[in-house]
Amino acid sequence: MQNNVVLSMRNINKSFPGVRALQNVDFTLRKGEIHALMGENGAGKSTLIKVLTGVYPKDSGQIFLNLNSGLKEINVRSPYEAQNLGISTVYQEITLCPNLTVAENMFIGRGNYSLVNWRSMKKKTAEILKKLNIPARATQQLGTCSIAVQQMVAIARAVDMDCKVLIFDEPTSSLDEQEVEKLFSLMRELKSRGVGIIFITHFLDQMYEISDMVTVLRNGELIGEYEVKDLPRVQLISMMMGKDLEDVSTLQKRKISDEKSDVLPIYEAVGLSSTNCPNAFDFKISKGEVNGFTGLLGSGRSESVRAVFAADKITDGRIKINGADVKIKKPKDAMMHGIGYLPEDRKRDGIVEDLSVRENIILALQVMKGFFRPFSRAEAEAFADEYIKLLGIKTASMDTPIKSLSGGNQQKVILARWLLTNPQYLILDEPTRGIDVGTKVEIQKLILKLAEDGVSITFISSEIEEMLRTCSRLIVMRDRKVVGQLKGEDMTQDNIMHMIAGEAVQNG
Amino acid sequence: MGNGLKKFTRSQLVIPLFSLLLLVVFNLIRDVEFFSVSIVTNNQGNRVLSGNLISILNGASAVAIISIGMTLITSSCKGQDISVAAVAAIAGSVFVSVLRSNEITVPVIILAFLFSCLVTVLFSTFNGILVAIFKIQPMIATLILFSAGRSIAYWINGGATPTVSSPLLSSIGGFIPGIPIPSPIIIMVMFLILISLVLRFTNLGLYTQVVGINEETAHLNGINPILIKLIAFMISGICVATAGCITVCRIGLINHETLLLDAEMDVILTVAIGGTALSGGKFNLYGSVIGAYIIQALTVTLYAMKVPSAAVKAYKAIVIIVIVMISSPVVKEFAINLYKKLFKKQVGTNIPMKAS
Ligand SMILES: Nc1ncnc2c1ncn2[C@@H]1O[C@H](COP(=O)(O)OP(=O)(O)OP(=O)(O)O)[C@@H](O)[C@H]1O
Ligand SMILES: [Mg+2]
Repeated sequence: MQNNVVLSMRNINKSFPGVRALQNVDFTLRKGEIHALMGENGAGKSTLIKVLTGVYPKDSGQIFLNLNSGLKEINVRSPYEAQNLGISTVYQEITLCPNLTVAENMFIGRGNYSLVNWRSMKKKTAEILKKLNIPARATQQLGTCSIAVQQMVAIARAVDMDCKVLIFDEPTSSLDEQEVEKLFSLMRELKSRGVGIIFITHFLDQMYEISDMVTVLRNGELIGEYEVKDLPRVQLISMMMGKDLEDVSTLQKRKISDEKSDVLPIYEAVGLSSTNCPNAFDFKISKGEVNGFTGLLGSGRSESVRAVFAADKITDGRIKINGADVKIKKPKDAMMHGIGYLPEDRKRDGIVEDLSVRENIILALQVMKGFFRPFSRAEAEAFADEYIKLLGIKTASMDTPIKSLSGGNQQKVILARWLLTNPQYLILDEPTRGIDVGTKVEIQKLILKLAEDGVSITFISSEIEEMLRTCSRLIVMRDRKVVGQLKGEDMTQDNIMHMIAGEAVQNG
Repeated sequence: MGNGLKKFTRSQLVIPLFSLLLLVVFNLIRDVEFFSVSIVTNNQGNRVLSGNLISILNGASAVAIISIGMTLITSSCKGQDISVAAVAAIAGSVFVSVLRSNEITVPVIILAFLFSCLVTVLFSTFNGILVAIFKIQPMIATLILFSAGRSIAYWINGGATPTVSSPLLSSIGGFIPGIPIPSPIIIMVMFLILISLVLRFTNLGLYTQVVGINEETAHLNGINPILIKLIAFMISGICVATAGCITVCRIGLINHETLLLDAEMDVILTVAIGGTALSGGKFNLYGSVIGAYIIQALTVTLYAMKVPSAAVKAYKAIVIIVIVMISSPVVKEFAINLYKKLFKKQVGTNIPMKAS
């Protein structure tokens, strides 16, 4: 048993100013094992990985790695060293260079600085891509590949470097189902070669599908290590949250009485198109309605809501708010008409990483209030405090820069930003991305509660169940076009799939 | 460590203030009298303050004022304007040419100043348009005026280096009769107060930083990044005009070749020492101003130590390397780790996490 272990972490401690991120955490990884690391937002999962890969120095504790001749204590000081020891990481955000080619990305920064032989590099890359079944060419610019393929290139790079330990930190949150399947078959392949894999995710289904073991963390403490097949879901969730999950089936969706022609839509667009969403579409939403755009990744659902918010340059369309013609040419116009927009890619479009949690929370409201009317420190603090409490944002203080929050907590800050503007129409593009199971339910509840209070909401999520649970109308998209709408009884997973595939919808 | 102290050590002002303190202490050890200020009668017959301290504060004014604009540009555009000194020469030339075609009175001086402000703001806006709208790297965009600026200044006064003299001008560049503090210091202080008020009563600071850190987020939250960048360049234009005019008043003539020669490099250094990353984002105006005093104090110290003027630049470079090194994140982290190792027990034990 013992010589099966590839990696063992003992009594790891790590604190940041004001936060104990890890307290006496143990972690063991065996050969050919897929080991899930689970816990709420801010539990310390990413921190554990960063300590392992030398991004952060540990405060105390030991790390042992199986280096051919048994376990040896290692002291990793940088990700580069970790790589050379055979520990590679694939992050959710791609960390390769998008404007280099696939082949260059496979080979940059890999130890020997002797002359590069481009031709053999290309040839070798092509071989690996073929072997791992990755749909990319060696000479293609990485940035032109889809996120999933970019991720796979990162994996191929790790595999080719002969890694013993491969770490995935939330790799699947921006992938669609097929891509996840592809990733999983790649993971299984690696597993059969004896690579130890650490897998961090907030998707329980995925965890159950692929993992052998699971280690649960809560508030920086180790809860335990379990065999996945012996662990009922309910128990896993309650260990992660420290309490039982609310039963989501009790969530009551609002029965909509809309579609009566006398109800004035709060927002209505006719023939709307933007530079990023060239096919004009019509769209409306009434007061207190929750609707959603669905479709595969890249079907144009995000681009459509971006057009509603005027995030991209609007090329055509007439817009009415509460029945009155208005012009929405830029995000500020949309904001002033009470529209809020939580973007899909929080790192690129949402956070202002070096600014504090407080500044990040008040940003949108501050812009609406005006350039010459800054909030006083006390006002800003009161706002921040209120929403940190309301959404349970885990942060050392409101002056902490947002970049040092865990991924899920950053997402909550952006949500807080838009809730604070008190919008009449809120667009949420993947608000639950990177959010833990408990909080996901909280957010769904929040959406329904806002709708109850008369806020209209457009909700986009890759998890169809989530949308079915909250939306009363779904707009289905394919190839950047709206292909149909579903509501009421017709809203089933099957129907959505049929519509996306372009088949007839079964009624009933 | 008290909470206030802790906050302070993490703020951007630590290193600049620490460096300044070090310079002061060094000088006091070298010569206790170094900072003593005396009252002398100058050649206009005014009783004025004099001493190294005064000459440091006075000499740094122009660079300090320009560094305010440079900080805003650095923060929002992630790059530097290298044409500031050349544009200051233009401002000085315009100032002189307006003065020379009129009788020098207070309204004429104000008019000349406003006119040179207008001209520099136009030139700055030109830079700003290249940077903000055409998305040209700031250093490349401003390279144009960096090379052409002094030629334009030359052309304004027909190639001459005319002198202007009037008691009014020397009260701006030197002393106002009855006030023992040099006017440039007073103008600098007024400028600083003005800018503090602007930062206090507008969102200029927040918007500038948001644009510098994440332009896409700025756009999606209703901030117009182009406008903010243009504003930064316009404010910089006013700073540059002010510095240019003060310098003209001080020396009493405009020499388009030498006015504030090489000042752009001092200004950029000042911003860097002040704790604003040259790659943009979070900025610190007060840090930049302190940075200007550090550089000036350094120069004065070196001259006081009788370092030959040809060697001064080399010594300056050495000290600046040290300052920039200690503020580098690598060294900072090393220091923090060292601190943790030395005081292991006090750090990070049982600090409860503030959550939900
Ligand atoms: N660089 C940092 N500086 C300060 N605090 C940090 C830093 N990185 C993480 N933390 C804190 O450590 C705790 C654990 O964060 P971590 O990123 O490990 O969470 P996580 O389990 O990965 O959560 P998520 O599921 O949201 O990604 C959080 O409270 C976070 O605020
Ligand atoms: Mg994480």
